Amino acid sequence: MRIALFATCLVDGLFPEVGKATVTVLRRLGHQVVFPMEQTCCGQMHVNTGYPREALPLVRRYADTFEPYDAIVTPSGSCAGAIRHQHAQVARQFGDDALVDRVEAVAARSYELSELLVDVLGVTDVGASYPHRVTYHPTCHSLRILRVGDRPLRLLRAVDGIDLVELPQAQTCCGFGGTFALKNSETSTAMLADKMRAIQSTGAQMCAATDASCLMHIGGGMSRLDVGTETVHLAQILASTKDAR
Amino acid sequence: MTTFLGMPTASPTVHLRTGESFPDAARTGLADSQQRHNLRVATTTIREKRAGVVAELDDWEQLRAAGAAIKDATLAELPDHLERFEAAVTERGGTVHWARDGDEANAIVTRLIQATGETDVVKVKSMATEEIGLNEALATAGITATETDLAELIVQLGDDRPSHILVPAIHRNRSEIRDIFRDHMDDVDPGLTNDPEALAGAARLYLRRRFLSAKVAISGANFGVAETGTLCVLESEGNGRMCLTLPRTLITVMGIEKLVPTWRDLEVFLQLLPRSSTGERMNPYTSMWTGATEGQDFHVVLLDNGRTATLADPHGRSALRCIRCSACLNVCPVYERAGGHAYGSVYPGPIGAVLSPQLTGVKDNPSLPFASSLCGACYDVCPVAIDIPTMLVHLRAEVVAAKREEHRVPTAEAASMTAAAWTMTSRRRWTAALRSLSLGRVARRMPALPPPLSSWARSRDLPQMPRETLRDWWVREGSDVPPAAPEEDA
Repeated sequence: MRIALFATCLVDGLFPEVGKATVTVLRRLGHQVVFPMEQTCCGQMHVNTGYPREALPLVRRYADTFEPYDAIVTPSGSCAGAIRHQHAQVARQFGDDALVDRVEAVAARSYELSELLVDVLGVTDVGASYPHRVTYHPTCHSLRILRVGDRPLRLLRAVDGIDLVELPQAQTCCGFGGTFALKNSETSTAMLADKMRAIQSTGAQMCAATDASCLMHIGGGMSRLDVGTETVHLAQILASTKDAR
Repeated sequence: MTTFLGMPTASPTVHLRTGESFPDAARTGLADSQQRHNLRVATTTIREKRAGVVAELDDWEQLRAAGAAIKDATLAELPDHLERFEAAVTERGGTVHWARDGDEANAIVTRLIQATGETDVVKVKSMATEEIGLNEALATAGITATETDLAELIVQLGDDRPSHILVPAIHRNRSEIRDIFRDHMDDVDPGLTNDPEALAGAARLYLRRRFLSAKVAISGANFGVAETGTLCVLESEGNGRMCLTLPRTLITVMGIEKLVPTWRDLEVFLQLLPRSSTGERMNPYTSMWTGATEGQDFHVVLLDNGRTATLADPHGRSALRCIRCSACLNVCPVYERAGGHAYGSVYPGPIGAVLSPQLTGVKDNPSLPFASSLCGACYDVCPVAIDIPTMLVHLRAEVVAAKREEHRVPTAEAASMTAAAWTMTSRRRWTAALRSLSLGRVARRMPALPPPLSSWARSRDLPQMPRETLRDWWVREGSDVPPAAPEEDA
């Protein structure tokens, strides 16, 4: 299958390893991956901060860029959620009915990584090996906007050598929330402190999630406190093999 | 669709703000480790109870959809239902008063009490009267209103503000309550302990005296049934029932959105509310009254106070579905840390963050719609399926638009958002911006960073900047297909 990668602005600029890992997994499964160079950002930051007018050209750009592809994958539950639930809202808000139809059609072919693997490609065992103690944080937008359910966990359970431990209060927000982390920095930090405590209580070496953004927040906090735990994106675990280690 | 109620609109008079922004007001709650402990214990307990009783019902999602549909249908024809309600109450010997805003409602209630010649009244816990500051208005007219709900009484005696819709004194622990009782209750045992039974006993004695002497009572209402003019209050302690039955004059203040058309509709909400609110299958006391009973004088004040304006807003009107269960407060990670007072409103938590700006306009507290990480937990538990996150996002855009109107020069945030969008609409500009980012390689713990990075770096390290962007890697070695032709600038 020919799959287009929407890396997201954050992965493109700050976490290229997550994008490379996504490519690695899909290629290992025998699929062709393309990276449309016109891609930039889904516009979620603009919408959620109160700037839908500024988001409109980004929404249009996403449709323009990804319309030619039958399947689009993104290693972010949050951006996939924005594409599926916000793009049409934005287009509708500015009365662009033709764009509404286009973005809805493209959104229907846009998947978060675990959705693509489990639902479209029909695999849970991607041939990965990752001999570490890992706990999984189900990020809010994967959990409640996309409803990815246990798909990431099914993928993780199939990983060779992994010691997957349950995270207490897993469904509580880590406190990132995009510009919330800046505008309400102190409340965000209080939420992060509780999330870090929960992660530490598991004794895991790695905290995994499907969103680089939440992991940037959690990882930034854990790095500052030197708690000895690191963050890892689901794609990076799935890309790991015995040979690659 | 526009909905016109036929009632002239006035600016709402409200107790919906303190003047402080959310981040500033939250600082107090965040620093109060005792309060944060109290909140965590209380909300965790109630949220687990709720989850348990909700899971018992296999038709919860259908009930939820029914609740939302009934509310929406009622709101769409609200003028008709209000008229039917008024006719039914009048026919059964009650009197209906219409109040455009809080000042009018307070004036009506004051006048009704003054007509009885009484200066002491008892009150059933009511969010509507909190919203309009009725107690304060009565005090200026020389009337003392005593709250009879235990938690409201604690807040009132402590000269405090409620911090939760269902549990107004959730931020207080037993020792603090003991101190409040000892300092402010007449005839209290000076050796009062912080044992819950002893505290309840002291409150019971204090309230009994007031129930037995009160000639006038004021209540709110959880629901009004339009077909019969019946009012309905759900409560746990029985204090409400004492107020509703003993006094000779009963005055009920009810928001106009509280109506349901028929008793059949009420059945849905009597399942939704207790389970969402206290985590019980049914609350201990459900009182219903229709018109005036013999020897009793009954009045109902129908309160608009910004509701008509909310109803006219297609993005915001579903906030009027709210049945004040407070389930959204109990699951909200922001509420749990910052506490109810941070919202500067009698309606705290996620629903407060949308309801207060809907009632008063976003200019009144522009930081409130941003007091959420948009995690969506509130939407999931809402028994009438109010999509609070989407409403918050809509209100954020209103805040930005209002600021744009106010200032001729764009704010720093608006300028950076415009610049980001401009960069992101061109492949060339975007590629250059990403490259400069990866070349920047700023220290992860830089002591002095410019805003907004400074507020990030107070508690979090920055990520390690990569040496190469993903797109540059792709072009260098990852490409399956040749990159598209260079783009003309947008």
